[in-house]
Amino acid sequence: MIETAALVCIAAIAVAIGLNVYRLAMGPDILDRVLALDTMVINAIALIVMIGIWYATDVYFEAALLVAMVGFLSTVAFCKFVLRGNVIE
Amino acid sequence: MAFAIELLIAALLVIGAFFLLVGSIGLAKLPDMMRRLHGPTKATTLGIGAILIASMINAWTVRGFLSLHELLITIFLFLAAPITAYMIAKAHILHDRPTEEALPPTGTGAPWMTLSAPEGESIRDPNRESDRDGDGTTSQRA
Repeated sequence: MIETAALVCIAAIAVAIGLNVYRLAMGPDILDRVLALDTMVINAIALIVMIGIWYATDVYFEAALLVAMVGFLSTVAFCKFVLRGNVIE
Repeated sequence: MAFAIELLIAALLVIGAFFLLVGSIGLAKLPDMMRRLHGPTKATTLGIGAILIASMINAWTVRGFLSLHELLITIFLFLAAPITAYMIAKAHILHDRPTEEALPPTGTGAPWMTLSAPEGESIRDPNRESDRDGDGTTSQRA
């Protein structure tokens, strides 16, 4: 039963990443694209956690945590760049 | 008992997948930037939260002891999501002139916090072409 639920979950995440790619390509503004990338990072974290559940291993937890931190920092840095024209003043 | 735990894990996985999908559908379908901003928050909190709890319970059944370190990701995302949303909304308001002009009055006599700058500072980059104030107020910061 967990296998079936995991497959459904991975399929839903794949569709969600496809929708994010659509917004990334179509987004009329640069901030729509930033938001699409941020959501894509969230979905990537979910996908990495799903890989950890599927193979019943603990290794992917660190990867998910690192992706969460990198995604947050890159989103904030990109917003700062849009606001000010540079990241560190 | 084992069946109940398995059912719980499967239910949490499906709930998480549903909210991740709802967040991304909201991002793709909603009509403007400010409304798009609130779609992915469901994915960040409920979607990731449910999947991480499922992962925790699953690791418990596999390894035999419960470890709570998956909650680190949840705590980090709960701390990071409001900052991300705030930064994107602020950048959007300052980037998009029609949105900035359509802001309602605050009703307190003070201007919007997002649009006010500290003494001697500019909220926009003074070197950029996109500064369309035209009254030279942003050129003081040399």
